[in-house]
Amino acid sequence: MENSAVTPKTDAKPARGNWMNLKNSETLAGLLFVSPMLIGVTVLVLLPILAIFALSFADWNFVQGWDGLKWIGFDNFGKLLDDHAFIRSVRNNMIFLLAVPVYMLVSMVLAILIDRYVYWKGFFKVAYFMPYISSIVAVAIVWQVLFQPSYGPINEMLKAIGIANPPKWIADPKFALYSIMMITVWVSIGFNLIIYIAGLQSIPRDLYEAADIDGANAWVKFARITFPLLSPTSFFLLVTGIISSFKVFDIIAVMTQGGPIGSTSMMVWYLYEQAFNNLKIGYASSVSVVLFAFVMIITAGQWIAQKKWVNY
Amino acid sequence: MRGIAMKPDWRKVAVTALLFVVSILFLLPFIWMLVTSFKIEKDVFVYPIQWIPKQWNAIANYKEVWFGDYPFYVYYLNSIKVAVITTLISCTTASLAAYGFSKVRFKGSKALFVIVLATYMVPNQAILVPQFILYRNIGLFDSHLGLIIIGSFSVLGTFMLRQFFMGIHQEYIESAKVDGAGHLRTFWSIAMPLVKPAVATYAILRFIWTWNDYQNPLIFLRTDKLYTIPLAMQKFTSMSGEFYSLIMAGAVSAIIPLLIVFIVGQKNVIEGIALGGVKG
Repeated sequence: MENSAVTPKTDAKPARGNWMNLKNSETLAGLLFVSPMLIGVTVLVLLPILAIFALSFADWNFVQGWDGLKWIGFDNFGKLLDDHAFIRSVRNNMIFLLAVPVYMLVSMVLAILIDRYVYWKGFFKVAYFMPYISSIVAVAIVWQVLFQPSYGPINEMLKAIGIANPPKWIADPKFALYSIMMITVWVSIGFNLIIYIAGLQSIPRDLYEAADIDGANAWVKFARITFPLLSPTSFFLLVTGIISSFKVFDIIAVMTQGGPIGSTSMMVWYLYEQAFNNLKIGYASSVSVVLFAFVMIITAGQWIAQKKWVNY
Repeated sequence: MRGIAMKPDWRKVAVTALLFVVSILFLLPFIWMLVTSFKIEKDVFVYPIQWIPKQWNAIANYKEVWFGDYPFYVYYLNSIKVAVITTLISCTTASLAAYGFSKVRFKGSKALFVIVLATYMVPNQAILVPQFILYRNIGLFDSHLGLIIIGSFSVLGTFMLRQFFMGIHQEYIESAKVDGAGHLRTFWSIAMPLVKPAVATYAILRFIWTWNDYQNPLIFLRTDKLYTIPLAMQKFTSMSGEFYSLIMAGAVSAIIPLLIVFIVGQKNVIEGIALGGVKG
C-alpha cells in the first residue's frame, strides 16, 4: 500500500522502551494514519473556505489575472441586497423548502405501510428507491420529456381526461418551480422511506402489544407510539432535507438553467452563473458566504433544537 | 378489528395492492424511458402511449448512442475509470483516517477529528470557486486525476468507518501490539478484516455517488473526450435535440450500471444508508 513508509517508524521506536518515545511514536503513527485525509481536507476544503471569505471582499474577474483584483470591503454584500435576481433565488429556495415536509409525510406513511402491512417488502423498497439511486441527470432528462408542454405524455394524458389547457410545467414561470419540487419529492421519497423504515424497526414491538391489550386502535397507536418515537428520525430527515434543499443544483442545471425568466433560479444556481458564466469571482464568493451562513445557521439550530424537541 | 389475532389477511392484501398502484408512479417513468429507447423516433409521442413498441428500433438506437457522434463507450470507460479509482482511493484514505481517529491514541486526535467532521457541514458548492482557481493554477483542471482527487477525501466515509472501527475491542489492538505488530500491520491484518462489510457498503455508495456526479465534471472538465456519463448525457441531449428515442437509450445506458450495482449490493446499500443516515 501507499503508506508503507509508516511501518519502520512505528516499529522502530517502541524497541527503545522509553515511555516518552512510545508516546511520541503513537502520536506519529496516529498522525500518519490521518494525514492523507487531513491534507486532502485542508487543501480541498479548509483553505477554500478561507478563500471564499477573503474573495467575498474583492471585485475580481477571473480572466483579469491577479492584477485585476480590487478589495472593496462589504460592497459585494451591499450589492446582493439590491440584486433582484439574487433575492428571487433566495425566495425560491424558501419556497423549495416546502417540498421537505411533503416528502417526509409521504415517506412516513409509506414506511409504516411497508413495514407493517404489506407482502413483498423487498419489491417496494427497491421500487420506491429507484429514483434515488438513478442518475439525477437521466431522471431530469426523462421528466423534461414527460413534461413537454404540447405533446409530452403527461399533458396528452391530462387532455385525454378532459383538461383542455394543462399547465406548461417547466416552460411556464408560474409552474416551473413547483414542477421541479414535484420531481424532487419523487426522487427524495426513496431515501426518506429507507430511513423511516430503519427508524420504525428500532421501536420495541412490545409497546404495540401493550397498546393492543389496552384496546388502542390504529390511530391511537400511531399518535401515541409511532409518531413520537419516530421524532429523532423525523428531525434528522428534516435537517438533512433542509440542508439538501439549499444545495439543489443538478436538476436545475439540466432541466431549466434557472429559467424561465429566473423562476427556478436558486442560490447555488445563481452562484454558478455568477462564477462560471459571468466570471464574477468576488461577487460569486459573497453568494457562497451567504449560502454557507444559511447552512451554518440551520446546523446550529439543529444542535439547539435537538436537545429541546426530540423525544427519546 | 382490534388486536393482532383478529387482523384479517385481506387487509394486508388490500394495502399491498394499493402500494403497488402507487409504486407504478415511481416505476412508470423508467418503463417509459426503456420502452421509448426501443422505438422509432416518430412513434415516441404517439398517444395513447404504445407501451409495447409497434416498430422496434432498439438495435439501431443503441448502436447510434454507443458508437455514433457522441460515443457512449468512451464516456463509459471514463466513468468506470473515475468511479473505480475514486472508490479505491477514497476507501483507503477513509479507512486509514478512521483507524487513526479511533484506534491510535494520540495527542490532538479529538481536536483534529472535530475539525475534519466540521468540514462536512460545508455545502460543497460554496467552495467550488476557490477549488476551481486552485485547479487552474496547479494543473489539475480538465483532467481525470483532478476529478478523482476531488472525490477521494470523504469526511462522511471517515465518519462512517470510524463508527465501525470503534466497535472493535481495544484488546485486539493491544494484544497485536504486545505481539510486536506495528499499527500498520494491526490495521491491515486485524482491523480491516473485521470492518470489511462496512468498507464494502461505503465502497458501493461511493461508486454510485461518483458515477452519478454531475456537478464536479461540469466544473472541472472541459474536453469532450474526458466527459463522464452524466455530463455526456446532458451534452448529448442538448446536441441531439429532438431525437428522444436516442436520448432515452442514453438514459437507459446511464442507469443500467447503477441498477446492477444496486441490485447486487442492495442489502449493503439500504443498510448503509439506513445506518449512517447518509446522503451523497
